[in-house]
Amino acid sequence: MPTENLSGLAQEGARILTICNACRYCEGYCAVFPALERRANFGAADLDYLANLCHNCAECYYACQYAPPHEFAVNVPKTLAEIRARSYQNYAWPAPLAAVFRRNGLVVSLVLVIALAVWIASTKGATASSAQFYQVVSHRAMVAVFGVVSLFVLAALVVGCVRFWRKTGGGAVNLSAMKEALKDGLRLTYLYGGGQGCTYPQERRSLARWWFHHLTFYGFLLCFGATSVAAIYHYGFGWRAPYGYFSLPVALGTLGGFGLLAGPAGLLWLKQRGDAATRDGEQDGMDVAFIALLFSTSATGLLLLALRETPAMPLLLAVHLATVLALFVTLPYGKFVHAIYRLAALVRYALERSQLKGRKLTGQ
Amino acid sequence: MLESAPREFRGGNSRHTRNLRCAHDAPTEFLVDSYPEEEYFSDLLRVTEGETNEELARLAIHESRTCMEWMRGHGVRFQPSLSGTLHLGRSNLFFLGGGKALLNSYYAAAERLGVRIIYSAEVTSLNISHGVFESATVLMRGQPVEIRAKALVAATGGFESNLDWLKEVWGDAADNFLIRGTPYNKGAVLKILLDNGADPVGDPKECHAVAIDARAPKFDGGIVTRLDCLPLGIVVNREGQRFYDEGEDLWPKRYAIWGRLVAQQPGQIAWSIIDSKALGKFIPSVFPAIRGDTIQELAANLGLSADALACTVERFNRAVRPGKFDHERLDECRTCGLSPEKTHWAQRIDSPPFLGYPLRPGITFTYLGVKVDPQARVLPRDGGSPRNIFAAGEIMAGNILGKGYLAGLGMAIGTVFGRVAGKEAAGLAH
Repeated sequence: MPTENLSGLAQEGARILTICNACRYCEGYCAVFPALERRANFGAADLDYLANLCHNCAECYYACQYAPPHEFAVNVPKTLAEIRARSYQNYAWPAPLAAVFRRNGLVVSLVLVIALAVWIASTKGATASSAQFYQVVSHRAMVAVFGVVSLFVLAALVVGCVRFWRKTGGGAVNLSAMKEALKDGLRLTYLYGGGQGCTYPQERRSLARWWFHHLTFYGFLLCFGATSVAAIYHYGFGWRAPYGYFSLPVALGTLGGFGLLAGPAGLLWLKQRGDAATRDGEQDGMDVAFIALLFSTSATGLLLLALRETPAMPLLLAVHLATVLALFVTLPYGKFVHAIYRLAALVRYALERSQLKGRKLTGQ
Repeated sequence: MLESAPREFRGGNSRHTRNLRCAHDAPTEFLVDSYPEEEYFSDLLRVTEGETNEELARLAIHESRTCMEWMRGHGVRFQPSLSGTLHLGRSNLFFLGGGKALLNSYYAAAERLGVRIIYSAEVTSLNISHGVFESATVLMRGQPVEIRAKALVAATGGFESNLDWLKEVWGDAADNFLIRGTPYNKGAVLKILLDNGADPVGDPKECHAVAIDARAPKFDGGIVTRLDCLPLGIVVNREGQRFYDEGEDLWPKRYAIWGRLVAQQPGQIAWSIIDSKALGKFIPSVFPAIRGDTIQELAANLGLSADALACTVERFNRAVRPGKFDHERLDECRTCGLSPEKTHWAQRIDSPPFLGYPLRPGITFTYLGVKVDPQARVLPRDGGSPRNIFAAGEIMAGNILGKGYLAGLGMAIGTVFGRVAGKEAAGLAH
């Protein structure tokens, strides 16, 4: 029997999942239901795990014979969304920064963008007219700022992930579980719905979210790839930016940039049309802030590319660098962390499943 | 289409279903092995003890073969049989997400076809002249509205949610019955049809009832209020006495007799008593077990006489013969010298904590309906020829299922005769 004192939200989560565990009709939708069926009670750690396993596709809400106005008032996607948002704060490092999750993400991000823009623009006040980026901001300054920020961000994400893993059961990770989780994550198996998509933003099934998320994620990855190739060019070959329009870094960045425009724009559009019944509206600030930062990163990047031979370049460069920096600084305290915890939850799911298979085979 | 429930509770008891029993000759994507029509029919004969219309039964069984493709064509998706239901993996096709998801697909398909659906529309009377349906009076937003049509398909279920009607049949005991499904199956259309000369079918005093958790809501508790732990312990009544062999047969074959058994006990209540050895061997129930570290403490928490329950458990424990326990098959663990005996899964109740669940009769459906022909036309009692009134689903299931129950058969009858009735009615309308 659970002896821990659960918060009101956790109690509601446990109440609902107990109903799910007795019903089981939704077993075929996603990983959440087989995972909850392996548990007899739902403590805070179980709830954090299941909440991060949930992709908020809402199929189980529309299929639920106990959904409101039924007196059992079962609403799995909304309740798990609320628990998930709380879990981001619980595992944040350093802990005081968890408060960032609670504030309006957009305001925090905008303040950061403006402050950084001012700071970078004032470092040199250069008036370079051709694409000589390093006359505006020195390469050393860029590397120093982004290097320090990246190390901090990486540390914050790793600590959060390790905390989540330990709290939800710990244990060694094996390669096959990791592979399975990555496959489900990179393919977005649980938003794909076997080809029909999911009931987001509305009851009618659609692949829109799957497509827009893919555009966003792979756009982000391509942009990251562009930066990595550029770093190799710089340090490996001594080739300095700016690179030609058809060079590898610019091609990757342009392609990724368009994905990172269309993807976040699409996700925002879907979000506006979402069924309020299945969502936790309190997260809108955090969600929109992340979407807006992703969109501005690619928008300012593409604009900089287009106008790099004009007098607008120094200002655009400052704004772009500031946006990217703001995106990076807020990564561990915003919507981005869903990727970390969801992947960890998928790994745990794959592990549990393989252990269950093993048990069945040995007849224990 | 007139739906008496609001949109959220549309589709009658189908909302609570999860599978459809269908015949098939070879493994399919979601069904293992084969389930021949003959076997299906003999299963039906076994549960109904012959109370079935063979022509209609064979029609339903034969047509069940084509249900999956038809359903899929209307947006329904399927899943492998759910955990805890492996015994149905050969015969029963499970809907992904259960009955409400199935209904969502059907309603969406109907809307795509241009069918207008009016919710919270309760039929209060039918204008039937010489056996011909002419119009229905419908209560919409408190106002009676007359709707004329060339044909009528009644898919309005039984009368299990009509508490007054239940009391007429079962007396005051009915006050203690819980209704597992929709509160909207009030039997209004069934009564109107019978009053207008439709030939009745099915015993008007019979209902399908299982023992569910007594803490379940009066209506609509559905699947989660079931208790599967009865065969793992003993069941006692208000006096703390056992009254039936809890281990008579495998649970899927016996769960449906316990509603009646509990209904026959004083106060229509009973308690399932298990000990900690039973934990993990049954699907968790939605309500927590009532606990006690001793039998006396459990009895006090259940509101039973401590002496009576302790005495019953002690006599039971003494009568348990040694044997190898296996809750998944008919094992050799039984009692000797008790009345009634427990003939399988008899284990001493001796490992605290002791757990108890209160039980009430939970009505699933009633058997009374209207007689139909293979075109799903409602047959007049006077032997006249059927006209433009059709019936589908629970309101006519008694033609085939006169007694007992077979998992997934209600949905098979509903799907097959729903299609037949729809086709025939559409033919008349054109």
